[in-house]
Amino acid sequence: MLKMSDNQQGSSDGHGIGRYFRPFAGLAVPAGAVIAALAVGAILLGVFGANPLTGYRELFTGAFGGPDELAATALKSIPLMLVGVGICIAFRTGVINIGGEGQIIMGAILATLVALALPDVPRPILVPLVMIAGGIGGGIWGAIPGALKAYSGVNEILSTIMMNIIAGFFMSFLLEDWLIEPGAIRIQQTKRLSHNADLPILPGGTRLHLGIVVALIVAFLGYLLLFRSSLGMRLRAVGHNPHASRAAGMKVELSITQALAFSGACAGIAGAVLVFGSESHRLIGEGGPLAFTQSAGFNGIVTALFGGLHPLFTVLSSYLFGGMLAGGISLQRAVQVPQALVIALNGVVVVFVVGSLKLRTRVQRWAEGDIQMEDRA
Amino acid sequence: MNDFFTVAIITATLASGIRLAVPFLLAALGEAVGQRAGVLNLGVEGVMLIGAFAAYYTALESGSAAFGLLMGLVVGMVMGLIYAFITVVMHAEQGISGIGIYLFGLGFTDLLFQKQVGTPRPISGLQTKPFNWLADDTGRAGELLFSHTILTYVAFLLVPVIYFLITRTTFGLNVRAVGENPQAADTLGVSVNGIRTAAIVIGNTMAGLAGAALALEIGIFQQNLTAGRGFIAIALVYFGAWRPVGVMAGSLLFGIVSSTVLQLQVQDVISGSVASIANMAPAVLTVIVLVVVSRRIGQPAALTRPFTRDS
Repeated sequence: MLKMSDNQQGSSDGHGIGRYFRPFAGLAVPAGAVIAALAVGAILLGVFGANPLTGYRELFTGAFGGPDELAATALKSIPLMLVGVGICIAFRTGVINIGGEGQIIMGAILATLVALALPDVPRPILVPLVMIAGGIGGGIWGAIPGALKAYSGVNEILSTIMMNIIAGFFMSFLLEDWLIEPGAIRIQQTKRLSHNADLPILPGGTRLHLGIVVALIVAFLGYLLLFRSSLGMRLRAVGHNPHASRAAGMKVELSITQALAFSGACAGIAGAVLVFGSESHRLIGEGGPLAFTQSAGFNGIVTALFGGLHPLFTVLSSYLFGGMLAGGISLQRAVQVPQALVIALNGVVVVFVVGSLKLRTRVQRWAEGDIQMEDRA
Repeated sequence: MNDFFTVAIITATLASGIRLAVPFLLAALGEAVGQRAGVLNLGVEGVMLIGAFAAYYTALESGSAAFGLLMGLVVGMVMGLIYAFITVVMHAEQGISGIGIYLFGLGFTDLLFQKQVGTPRPISGLQTKPFNWLADDTGRAGELLFSHTILTYVAFLLVPVIYFLITRTTFGLNVRAVGENPQAADTLGVSVNGIRTAAIVIGNTMAGLAGAALALEIGIFQQNLTAGRGFIAIALVYFGAWRPVGVMAGSLLFGIVSSTVLQLQVQDVISGSVASIANMAPAVLTVIVLVVVSRRIGQPAALTRPFTRDS
């Protein structure tokens, strides 16, 4: 949030006492959104006869209470970070990417195919290879709606949703027949994929694997791309004002396509991590696409928004939301309230964060002591 | 193999396609009203889930499917008021707040189901079939047209009703005005926020009803019962170019494709993997239609734009 105001508004030096509060003004609203969401959660816990304080304490200890919990939280946060960074790139370019789910799936499929085709390639080569394959699979799946929006004016919200549905059926098509584990009972899953493609477990005695390093690298690259490269400057310019960008000679269509391709690539890498970092080391379609993606395609939108559409802050917010997902399991065990509560609260956070943008503009205007009006919508 | 191509099975498949089209139709018609007023509601899926659970749980506890349907409608209305507050009053980005509503609906209904019901228990659906007495005497055509529950007829009757509402009434004129040019409408004394709120409430009520229809049709609730139908309904609005008849055509297409694929699979004509490809077809077709529609017909000019007097 902080960074966004720096980059988007840039100009305002601010006057008056309010400027001392300016760094906090950007944080006030998302913090308020979380407090409001937690309040809603407390009410729900209370309605179900659980003590909200006990519930939240269990959630917190389950998420951050020790090395194993911290590692479990990190594992849950990997797909959120990757999708979230992609969402930052797309949203900053003014493109709404709802297609994270499909991009995760297509990344996972292409990565799986590579691992099936080249099982004997040594691990130091195969692991990067399947990650790149994931990026390419997701990137293509993002570039299609990107190009359709840029060159045919197709609403990307709808096309990405359709691409999600197509990807879901495509995965079940492959797993019904071609890629299904030979000789096994008919469960929609591949055989155990090559050991050489397994994401290595990091030292330290937890289950944390290399996926977290991949996510951090992608987040840092996403930051460099958006804020430290001319390409990213063009993307943000297009997001800020496509007409002015066009007048300045930028290829707006190309930027939109690139943004969704990058965005999809990040989600696709998340798909690869979900396959090769899973305990079963398979692509599993049983239980539907949402079961495989863990809704990360949607939850990544939450973490990106919460991270102020900044890749590095998105890493932090993804870790927090990963903690909610990991802690939700302890919550369920301790107070018998299903962890689905966490998904519901994620929705509440989104609504509060985007619902308070108008409010945030006001807070910032107050903090800056001027009447600069900046309303994205 | 050729068993599929008997008149009896084709009739049954088409009739079931019409039934499967009902949730799409209700949700998409409602969404069309909201979009004509300039508000995109991406939360249809979440509202459908909430409506579905409300209907299921009410029917389970009270034993009355009709009462369940009513509850689906009521919670849809409540969600409409909430969504109107978020988008019309607070000016939230519509695409993203809709995703928030979806996540809320997905998690909340799963939570309630696990906590209040636990194991899936079936409910009996609507039994009121007003024209069933005609079905016996009129053969196959009769079965196709007259064997449905009252909800199916209501859904299809809403097509001309919504058409009339949008094109022939003052309210509809105002809806279109605030969807195309809210500033001009405001100048003429139309309450932009009032009309938009009304349109959103209509849309969400119908989404709640659509979820209820789905739960009663399937007779069970489970996590993510709607499985993307709400999102498809939104696409159908574009598919139908914001016109009720177009929306109906799209809904029937999706319904009949689903029922045909299901029937072919049951009859062992096609394997599961071919069925997956076939199920993909409507989504692919929708993307193609979106390409065509976006060139030919413009969406409501003020769609997704919050209204302020400043701008």
